[in-house]
Amino acid sequence: MEPFIKIKSRIAALPLDNIDTDQIIPARFLKITDKKGLGNHLFADWRYDQEGNPIPDFLLNQPEIDGVKILLAGQNFGCGSSREHAPWALTDFGFQVIIAESFGDIFRNNALKNGLLPIQVDPEVHSQIKNLLNQNSSTQWTIDLEQQELFFPDQSSVKFQVDPFSRTCLMNGVDELGYLLTFLDKIVDYESQKQK
Amino acid sequence: MMNDSKKQTLFEKIWNDHLVRDPSNSKQMQVPEVLYIDLHLIHEVTSPQAFSGLRDRGLAVRRPDRTIATVDHAIPTKPSQKGRLEFADDLCRKQIAQLEENARQFGITAYGAENNQNGVVHVVGPELGYTQPGMTIVCGDSHTSTHGAFGALAFGIGTSEVEHVLATQCLLQYKPRTFEVRIEGKLNPGVTAKDIILAFINRIGVHGGTGFVIEYRGSVIQALSMEERMTICNMSIEAGARAGMIAPDETTFAYLAGRPNAPKGEKWEEAVQKWKNLRSDDGAIFDRSITLDISNLEPMITFGTNPGMGIPVTGRIPNPDDSSETSQKNALKKSLEYMGFQVGEKISGHPIDAVFIGSCTNGRLSDLREAASILRNRKVADSVRVLVVPGSQQVKRQAEAEGLDQIFISAGAEWREPGCSMCIAMNGDQIEPGQYAVSTSNRNFEGRQGKGGRTLLASPLTAAASAIAGCVADVRTFLEA
Repeated sequence: MEPFIKIKSRIAALPLDNIDTDQIIPARFLKITDKKGLGNHLFADWRYDQEGNPIPDFLLNQPEIDGVKILLAGQNFGCGSSREHAPWALTDFGFQVIIAESFGDIFRNNALKNGLLPIQVDPEVHSQIKNLLNQNSSTQWTIDLEQQELFFPDQSSVKFQVDPFSRTCLMNGVDELGYLLTFLDKIVDYESQKQK
Repeated sequence: MMNDSKKQTLFEKIWNDHLVRDPSNSKQMQVPEVLYIDLHLIHEVTSPQAFSGLRDRGLAVRRPDRTIATVDHAIPTKPSQKGRLEFADDLCRKQIAQLEENARQFGITAYGAENNQNGVVHVVGPELGYTQPGMTIVCGDSHTSTHGAFGALAFGIGTSEVEHVLATQCLLQYKPRTFEVRIEGKLNPGVTAKDIILAFINRIGVHGGTGFVIEYRGSVIQALSMEERMTICNMSIEAGARAGMIAPDETTFAYLAGRPNAPKGEKWEEAVQKWKNLRSDDGAIFDRSITLDISNLEPMITFGTNPGMGIPVTGRIPNPDDSSETSQKNALKKSLEYMGFQVGEKISGHPIDAVFIGSCTNGRLSDLREAASILRNRKVADSVRVLVVPGSQQVKRQAEAEGLDQIFISAGAEWREPGCSMCIAMNGDQIEPGQYAVSTSNRNFEGRQGKGGRTLLASPLTAAASAIAGCVADVRTFLEA
């Protein structure tokens, strides 16, 4: 994983509530045994018609989407299944940050393990962002993970929460298994304790 | 007397019992707990990349004896002359072959494609006695919450976490909050566990349980069978809660006694003694509590595109303009558009194209018995395709021994091999764009049962009644007086 320190990008807005993992990546694309190429199928059923042609109005089919790293969603983004294919599809497409009012628990965990930062904002901040994007969608926003700050285009900012452990993993581009493996002795102790 | 701080919930007892402590950790930084996992269930869809990760790091599966594999999502359910293995495509075939190969290489017990005990992971675990009270249980599948019905802490995880558990038998977790849900009152005829959970999700919303572990309690829960309890816990995730649990009792012990992997003899007695302590202490504090009185509950059915959008089967499609919040209003409008329903329309009588009876929610023997009780000596409507998919090979054999298969076949339904089938539509079992299906599964998301398909979630009773009527039907009109 690439270290995540600070990114600057436009924001793509899909501010719907309860976007479930079946919308992010429909089940028929879960038949793979690797993680590759899922970005092509991100939001497939909203993005392509029955014949597989792009639906021009949909966010991801607009030329301005190129290079955008931040997605704005509504409440409970990523609810539903545990498929890690959802964050794989989002990161493969190029997203590094999802801003939402809340997240599905399993999705949030999965995202953090794949260098995808879920940022939860309160409803006021959410509608502020939405309104600014309605006025001008071409502005640049900055996410500073070290400072845990989201900078608006006018350089005003709001703080966001991320648990310190996940933040350290993201900033160093390391995954959690390495840390967990340092517990092996303790795990063996736990098991022998339990057997008594 | 214990003081209040010592009184623990069922969840806390299991959680505390599974923490791998590190005495040397000075806790300079807030770090997640290391939670020991007793039972790891795996299936073909969410495990291949985890095994690849292990290989890349040169790691073994640490406790293959605590890992069980079964095939369910991609497995075909259509019986054929040449055996059952006519896969929807090569990808499905490869995915299953890879699970079998991974299990073989890493020494894991697998109920593979040709095994006569295979089936949906959340049906197989309990029926073979792997699932037991007090355990921590995980699987790369959000409906792992099902196993909480036995008084286990069971939740779904992603593929990275599957790899963590394979490598260490542990997971990094922050402690969730606790949510007490009391179900009281008296169940009316034609109303089932599925209706209770649909009503509950409707009440608290699809993110009402986010961040919580639910404990279902109360007189109604105590009177439910294990199958019914599994239906309730199964759909906890549809309310956003990763886990739902029910304290084990005599019903639990009676279900488990004699199962192949349950303790035997003296060990059984010891285990039951231990399991009897697995209940929330009187006066234990939950972070949130609600009580649901189900005395007036009618059979429920969903009309929208998330499981919270449910109404009584006698109800009408709600008006989005009645919602106070703009986002709710928009969500409702969008889902009515997708579903093709008119505001104010009665849901009963709406024509349907398909009925699916099965899944980890309602694919057990008791569910099939309920559906068969309605379909017995009746015919499904000509316009409706009905799929009955047992949750496991064992469920299938039991159903056939009772003659349920013949009831379904005589009624004009298709009797299938076990699998997830039309719940997730990965194996070729699906509905066509625009079609309506009354389904006993757990998710009515857009496209869940096939691109453009429209799903109405309901109980096996309601599904069977609707199959006969050819439209959404109130099962109570089919019940004998």
